[in-house]
Amino acid sequence: MRVISERRIVDDAWISVEPGAALPAAGHGVVAFSDWLARKDTLRATNSPLGVRVHSDVDPAALAAEAPNFALIAIEFPTFKDGRGYSIARLLRDEHGYRGDLRAVGHVLRDQLLAMERVGFTSFELAPGKSLESAVEAFAEFSHAYEAIGAGITSVRALRRRA
Amino acid sequence: MYAYDQYDQTLVHERARQFRGQVARRISGEITENEFKPLRLQNGLYMQLHAYMLRVAIPYGLLSSKQLRTLAHIARVYDRGYGHFTTRQNLQYNWIDLKRMPDLLDELASVEMHAIQTSGNCVRNITSDPYAGVAVDEFEDPRPYAELLRQWSTFHPEFAALPRKFKIAITGAERDRAAIAVHDIGIRLVRREGDGAVGLSFLVGGGQGRTPTLGAVIRPWIEKEHLLSYTEAILRVYNRFGRRDNLFKARIKILVKSLGADEFARQVDAEWERIKDSELKLESSEIESMKAFFAPPSYDSSAGGSLDAQRLSKNRPYARWVERNVERHRVPGYAIASISLKTRDLPTGDLTADQMDAVAALADEFSFGELVVNHRQNLVFPNVRIDALEALWKRLETLGLGLSNVGTITDIVCCPGLDYCSLANARSITVASALQERFADAGRADEVGDVTLNISGCINACGHHHVGNIGILGIDKQGVEHYQLMVGGSHEDDASFGKILGPAFTQEEIPNAVDRLVSAYVALRTSPEERFLDTYRRLGDAPFKERVYARD
Repeated sequence: MRVISERRIVDDAWISVEPGAALPAAGHGVVAFSDWLARKDTLRATNSPLGVRVHSDVDPAALAAEAPNFALIAIEFPTFKDGRGYSIARLLRDEHGYRGDLRAVGHVLRDQLLAMERVGFTSFELAPGKSLESAVEAFAEFSHAYEAIGAGITSVRALRRRA
Repeated sequence: MYAYDQYDQTLVHERARQFRGQVARRISGEITENEFKPLRLQNGLYMQLHAYMLRVAIPYGLLSSKQLRTLAHIARVYDRGYGHFTTRQNLQYNWIDLKRMPDLLDELASVEMHAIQTSGNCVRNITSDPYAGVAVDEFEDPRPYAELLRQWSTFHPEFAALPRKFKIAITGAERDRAAIAVHDIGIRLVRREGDGAVGLSFLVGGGQGRTPTLGAVIRPWIEKEHLLSYTEAILRVYNRFGRRDNLFKARIKILVKSLGADEFARQVDAEWERIKDSELKLESSEIESMKAFFAPPSYDSSAGGSLDAQRLSKNRPYARWVERNVERHRVPGYAIASISLKTRDLPTGDLTADQMDAVAALADEFSFGELVVNHRQNLVFPNVRIDALEALWKRLETLGLGLSNVGTITDIVCCPGLDYCSLANARSITVASALQERFADAGRADEVGDVTLNISGCINACGHHHVGNIGILGIDKQGVEHYQLMVGGSHEDDASFGKILGPAFTQEEIPNAVDRLVSAYVALRTSPEERFLDTYRRLGDAPFKERVYARD
């Protein structure tokens, strides 16, 4: 399957794993957070990178405590109207210092991508049927941001202070 | 007033271009109506009963004459020749063609305006005191802080999908003219006890709608440099924990109620401690440069005259206009003049394109080219020379805008109601005009004195019926429009919500019912100085109920 990663369309190496099921022989598995908590000793034994998927009601602090085990954290957007994932992403990045891949999955749409990237998401699995080619254009729609939210963003406030 | 720099200007143009693409993708079918809805809502575009309605943001209600002329042009070219000023200091058009919306946004952008976040579950237009900068009772002008909040909230990536809409009001005066107690966040510039330093006081969880609630103070005083960080901490707690399972319980007031204001404040403080020294902290240079945009205009120090003398003018209609529509200004020789949009020719808050152009010309001539929309749907000229008031009044008279009813019973606040709105249960404009008719006699209105009358066509309370001294709420009773009569609300410092007086009335009955209510007040008051609200608070609803529901 194709996803958007760091603004490029790429073939994805991550494979979703059902609770309790074996990790894939090839590629990297993504387990549910509850599944991880239930059998983390077994899962920790794998040599390949592991990913975790969480719901939008996850406690970021509890997730952050486990985060060193994961190369990918996928936050589920059950609908585009559920904006909790944005705050979870910011807290993981800014408060807890998570540096791995942070992925938006679920009802993820083109016009949310820029905001998602700014709060810390690095990869995006679009909702079924959505054009990835159209979606990648969304990142270039705005030249500036009022606040310094997001990696490498210089805020308009900072630009003005320098002027 | 605030002037866009290259960054603001680029962003509003890019927003218009982005919306052009979104409209094209909707028309081609690439996105569904369900997916398009939040995109158009975040540009202020609603689907109403007959057409698209567009809400244009007027940050803290402040407009330049140039902007008003563009709003007139848009009314003429993109709509049907008029616009409607709202209780949130914005402007709405009622007949917008989706395909032309991107061009319309470009027109707005050309005069430093937009419709960003005027709808949807995000931070809405920041509202403020219409007398900001000129009020005699002001500690500090709130507009620089309102503009800082406007920019902080514009395209804030974390808060674009909140549980529900989010409204912030800020005031810097002794008397609250911004209704801060009925906002999701109400901010007040206040002096700290002891050293008298001006800081910010935060109220959270106020609102009207289905569950009217007064905001609770969660931070009595905080340094101004923390404006953005403290607001962000509140929004983050709300975004994470506000209810999303039930639309009617999703506003922040429900979260504050369920946690308790103390626990809510504790969670906000914990978050704020973490981010207070981040980039969100305002540098004093930033506050100072924002303040410079709102520096007073160049007043003429030789301007003279007194308002008392104008009130004694032999020109009685003019004297009455001064009495009702003009207030004291902080600078000698100047006054604050209100233009009533509660004429009998047009629905409450409406202005035709030609009137907008004419008002813009008057603003240039009489008020340094600036005017303000207030939350009671009138326009304010904040800087009029006292010796020019009579000339201004004469010109307003010729435009049909010289009505002297500000603060009286015919200064009715009213939502668009069932004539336009897809949420409404009942018409409100027709009720407002029936009441205007009923109290058209200026002598009667003067006898009744200061009273606020607010009408909403449904429980969502866009007409602020809960906080009217007299509130009218349209309901649907077995398919027939009915109106509940509420008494005792206030949106000021003594904010309170009205109580339903008794069984609802039909549209035909409501003017009589209000008439009886008002007559009851006149009969019951201790003197003409006792306001309607005070008589009601002194006596309770029983004597009013008895008189309103008495059988003839």
